[in-house]
Amino acid sequence: MPKVETSQRIPVQQLPTNKVTKWQMIVRDKWLYFLLIPGLIWFIVFRYVPMWGTLIAFQNYSPFLGFWGSEWVGFTHFERLFQNPDFYRILRNTLILALYETLFVFPAPIILALMLNEIRFTAYKRTIQTLVYFPNFLSWVIVASLTYVFFTTSGGIVNVIIERFTGSTIFFLGDPEWFRTMIIGQQIWKNVGFGTIIFLAALANVSKEQYEAAIVDGAGRFRRMWHVTLPAIRHVIVILLILNMGNFLDQGFQQIYLMTNSLNRSVADVFDVYIYFSGITQGAFSHSTAVGLFKGVVGIILILTTRYIAKKLKQETLF
Amino acid sequence: MKSHNTPMGRVFDVFNHIILALIALAMIVPFLYVIAGSFATEAELARRPFFIFPETFTTGAYQYIFSTPTFIRSIGVSIWVTVVGTIVSLSLTLMMGYALSKSRLLGKNVIIYLVIFTIIFQGGMIPTYLLVRDLGLLNSLWALILPIAMNPMWLIIVISFFRSLPNELEESAKIDGASDIKIFLSIALPLSKPIIATFTLFYAVQYWGDYFNALLYISDNAKYPVMLLLQNIMTMADMRFGEVDALVEQPDQSLKLAVIVVATLPIMFVYPFLQKHFAKGMLLGSVKG
Repeated sequence: MPKVETSQRIPVQQLPTNKVTKWQMIVRDKWLYFLLIPGLIWFIVFRYVPMWGTLIAFQNYSPFLGFWGSEWVGFTHFERLFQNPDFYRILRNTLILALYETLFVFPAPIILALMLNEIRFTAYKRTIQTLVYFPNFLSWVIVASLTYVFFTTSGGIVNVIIERFTGSTIFFLGDPEWFRTMIIGQQIWKNVGFGTIIFLAALANVSKEQYEAAIVDGAGRFRRMWHVTLPAIRHVIVILLILNMGNFLDQGFQQIYLMTNSLNRSVADVFDVYIYFSGITQGAFSHSTAVGLFKGVVGIILILTTRYIAKKLKQETLF
Repeated sequence: MKSHNTPMGRVFDVFNHIILALIALAMIVPFLYVIAGSFATEAELARRPFFIFPETFTTGAYQYIFSTPTFIRSIGVSIWVTVVGTIVSLSLTLMMGYALSKSRLLGKNVIIYLVIFTIIFQGGMIPTYLLVRDLGLLNSLWALILPIAMNPMWLIIVISFFRSLPNELEESAKIDGASDIKIFLSIALPLSKPIIATFTLFYAVQYWGDYFNALLYISDNAKYPVMLLLQNIMTMADMRFGEVDALVEQPDQSLKLAVIVVATLPIMFVYPFLQKHFAKGMLLGSVKG
């Protein structure tokens, strides 16, 4: 359908009365623009104005002088940032967490989907699915609250059990050693079930003939999984992994902030947490915007790189 | 699928079933304890680290939290934000999505690029905070809605959904002299029930569970949504719970648990619908991804 319409439009645009035609098109679709404009205004105000606002990273922004009155200082904040040892600690924390996410959180739904796929009793499978999808819909506040309730050293069931066996408790909620484990654990708990949806859909498309052929060839359970099932979803895994890399630096503030306290700040400081504390609570607007801009630019570079790789890979897998 | 099962395969089967059952239990057992604990006495909570049935059943914690104005207000704030926010978000998304699904619309491609770019790059926390402040929205409930009113990814899904609707209906309505608004309201929307249901739930879950915007923009604790109140209760040693200093007498563990239960309840209620539509929406989205 769209092709027909473009071919109709091309000769029209070649006419000398181009402007009138465009104007006529706008008048013809005036009610569509009417529907479009509220959303467009929202994007301009709440997405594009803040982009413009990142320019305060090049100012000594003062809330009293405002954007137009504040002094421009060029790259001063970035120079200071790259000399600041804090910056490297934050970068390190962010990269370590991102790496752990890729290593532990990303494969979890694949494994769970493969396990679910082996269940032939539909009612059982469906019950399990219903239960494992549930945490996805919970607020991080609920997840963090549950974590506090179960992992606290004062009567939380996990520590009660640990104390019974080892005689001592583990300070899961404050010990920097345990911070990353808790974050990764929460992510798996909340997202593993829902993450299986996409893999299960891909698995449903694997043809029965392939399995039957594998059985005829004498392939056992695991060989079938390895040679038939996994290759069938390899595509999806690669695409999701690439999309995942695009958000490499985006550690969810909503989650991490809830688990952050004065004891584990040394490891909990990732970009967004640092920006919140230095920008909102300490009022260092320009400095924290510079940090945010650094993160945003690195994010764009990562996305464009992975998109480029994705395009290359797609071609290779297609042919 | 019939397969000749090796003994090895049968052992695997048994383990697979058991492990999956354990995983599923890990998702739901925490809630069983939280619900049981919210109905238990403080003494029992202190004595027994885990239980599914309280020995003495009491609704004291609920009676208490529903008698504090702070809690009732926060539930009110959350309901208001969820209802108004969902209506605003849904209207903006459907209207914009419909307009952008028409390939004849002049400037459509530019606008779609502008939308997609906001997925890749955002101004970030501080510039958005300064914008909300400059708009005079600090401590306004609109600050909990407007900064997250639209999700570009979901907008793209809505656009591709509207594109998939048959063109013939629109053409015949056009011949009858219907305007685009009329076609949108009386033809496109009635055909879009699945996508409307999906995104009503998407947005409602987003607004109900959000505490981030309240953390940034709301300092007046009379306007705290329930999630921010819960966060305060859980993380602060001295809780700002209730104007009266009744906490000294009131056992606090069962209170925490009761607040968790109330804050989760709406999700539990809509979960049967959620499960159905979210799975669909997620797959719709992944087609694009």
